[in-house]
Amino acid sequence: MFYREAGQFKSTYQADMAVFPIRQDRIGLAVILLIAFIGIPLIGNDFFITSVMIPFLVFSLAAIGLNILTGYTGLISLGTAAFMGVGAYAAYKMTTAFPGVNIIVLILVSGLFSAAIGVLFGLPSLRIKGFYLAVATLAAQFFLQWAFVRVPWLFNYNASGAIEVPQRLLFGIPVTGASASPETRYYVCLCLVIVMTWFASNLVHGKIGRSWMAVRDMDIAAELMGIKLLTAKLLAFAVSSFYAGVAGAMMIFLWYGGGEAADVFNIRLSFNILFMVIIGGLGSLIGSFFGAAFIASLPTIMKFGLPALGVPLSGATAEHVTFMLVGALIIVFLIVEPHGLARLWQIGKQKLRTWPFPY
Amino acid sequence: MSDVAARPAPNFLANGWIKAGLILAAIVATAILGARLDTSGTLYKIFIDPFEQMASAPDLLVQTVWEGLVSGVLYALIALGFVLIFKASGVFNFAQGIMVVFSALTLVGLHEKGVPAWLAVILTLGVMFVLAVAIERVVLRPLVNQPDIILFMATFGITYFLIGLGESVFGGNPKQMIADQLWLPKGAVDLKILGGLVSLQKIDIAAAIIASVMIAVLALFFQYTRIGRALRAVADSHKAALSVGISLNQIWVIVWFTAGIVALITGIMWGARSDVSFALEIVALKALPVLILGGFTSIPGAIIGGLIIGIGEKLGEFYWGPLIGGGIESWLAYFIALGFLLFRPQGLFGDKIIERI
Repeated sequence: MFYREAGQFKSTYQADMAVFPIRQDRIGLAVILLIAFIGIPLIGNDFFITSVMIPFLVFSLAAIGLNILTGYTGLISLGTAAFMGVGAYAAYKMTTAFPGVNIIVLILVSGLFSAAIGVLFGLPSLRIKGFYLAVATLAAQFFLQWAFVRVPWLFNYNASGAIEVPQRLLFGIPVTGASASPETRYYVCLCLVIVMTWFASNLVHGKIGRSWMAVRDMDIAAELMGIKLLTAKLLAFAVSSFYAGVAGAMMIFLWYGGGEAADVFNIRLSFNILFMVIIGGLGSLIGSFFGAAFIASLPTIMKFGLPALGVPLSGATAEHVTFMLVGALIIVFLIVEPHGLARLWQIGKQKLRTWPFPY
Repeated sequence: MSDVAARPAPNFLANGWIKAGLILAAIVATAILGARLDTSGTLYKIFIDPFEQMASAPDLLVQTVWEGLVSGVLYALIALGFVLIFKASGVFNFAQGIMVVFSALTLVGLHEKGVPAWLAVILTLGVMFVLAVAIERVVLRPLVNQPDIILFMATFGITYFLIGLGESVFGGNPKQMIADQLWLPKGAVDLKILGGLVSLQKIDIAAAIIASVMIAVLALFFQYTRIGRALRAVADSHKAALSVGISLNQIWVIVWFTAGIVALITGIMWGARSDVSFALEIVALKALPVLILGGFTSIPGAIIGGLIIGIGEKLGEFYWGPLIGGGIESWLAYFIALGFLLFRPQGLFGDKIIERI
């Protein structure tokens, strides 16, 4: 009744090919953006913003990156966390080398370093496929993780052996470092994520995205149709690592504020991001957001939600039970809807279109 | 009819092995040449110095190779459980590593509760059987015909579930494996060879023997029993196996149970060498390069791959590790496997990947 495209006529090709062709979708998107920009900073307290919203945004960006590689191009990667680490360390090296440069620019540029490393470790993908490739990307994960600890040049020979995020200003307001307010950091994250999602959306709906999807569906057939596998696959690795790198730099600079950097980018983070992509939905940008929201908020919900419901759990037991529940939920989700939350969203929208007179 | 095509001239460069050999030979020759020209440079340190060390202290070399051999056998055991499942059900079973830890924890935990050692082994086998049935019922059956990656993710779910279950039932503290009660030998044998002393842990020798026996038993089981034949049929083709009346569900339970038995034996061996804790999970990740090196579908591949990785990483760590700061064991295995894979994308013994449009 409310969600129906009847009467919305399209008179141009552009309008027909729009990403959001239905007016209600555009209104919905505007409402979401309004809530994100005005509602959440108004309602949410600092705890909510720093430990729910910022992680959600960072993970969303990383999940979009992995989705480009795994969901759109069909190359499984288990090294996302390492590429995020490359971004974080590149941003740190650059901001200490050029303290005057705008930190946002540096965060974006650090993605380029990550992209270069990603291309390097993506080279085997031209020869190796499927799970063999997945295991091969573990080489990147373990090698880079080793380098973060063993190459002191990366953390400027700090005594702590970790990234120490300096304070950087943007228009006179501290954005990174200890004195940056959660709202500022949230706004910076939000803007970066929105711009990069818009970019990714254009990329996957265009010629490049189509060539990626052709490679995913069958790479030999794609090659016969004139798609260069070398460029398509390596570009996917580059773009994916770029997103991961920016997400990693955001993670350290805008969320953690330094500290345990070498330890953060471990294999478990890689797996978590893969979960987000699979549970959210392979080959779907909105699915990346759903997956990130689900996986990132699950531990917090378990930690604070279960006691609130009256289930008494001590620290250690709660952690174990969380593990069990996460494992069980993953299996349940895969059985109920192997195509992820994005498919559920689609089904829901379709139901809404025909409501209240379904056929 | 004379349309028999003329046989094309043999192209040696098309053979991956010969190409690999030529490239390797060229690299080594250049490097040695470079090293000879500059005896204090990096090339010397990489290409000449380690070999001189090996030649001057052969006992150390033997010791290192032995250690590599033993860890290789244990990697191979983890990989073996994996290959069994991959062959029979096409599932990339990430949970194999955690099954090793879980079975070892169950065994030790039961013994701590006062169950006699050998009864505990039998009970643990029972637990693994229940686990196999549960996985088949709850996870595999509803996910039949889903894409590989979905099943792969499901085994992640199993991994998380088993970690949580194991920790909440048995606690997260490292435990001591009940090696004595299971009549596993202790201590070391010292051998005098090549002018030096090489010390072999008895438990390692036992591990190598038990692993060999188990592999032989598995091979006989696959070759000569009814169930073994059914398993091989399923591995060849699910559809053909179904059409001759083999029950896939039953086969999957059997295969996961067999993998569980392999996991328990691996767990006992690993546990006896260090201790039983979830840190073993990281070791289990080492089985992955073994797999891609040997090929997902080959049991001999798992064994030979395990030995190559084990020996390669120990030698690399000992002789080349100090050059770049040590600790390279964490990633060297992956690079060794990657090197082999660039020449044989399906692993050393894996089925040839044939792609059709």
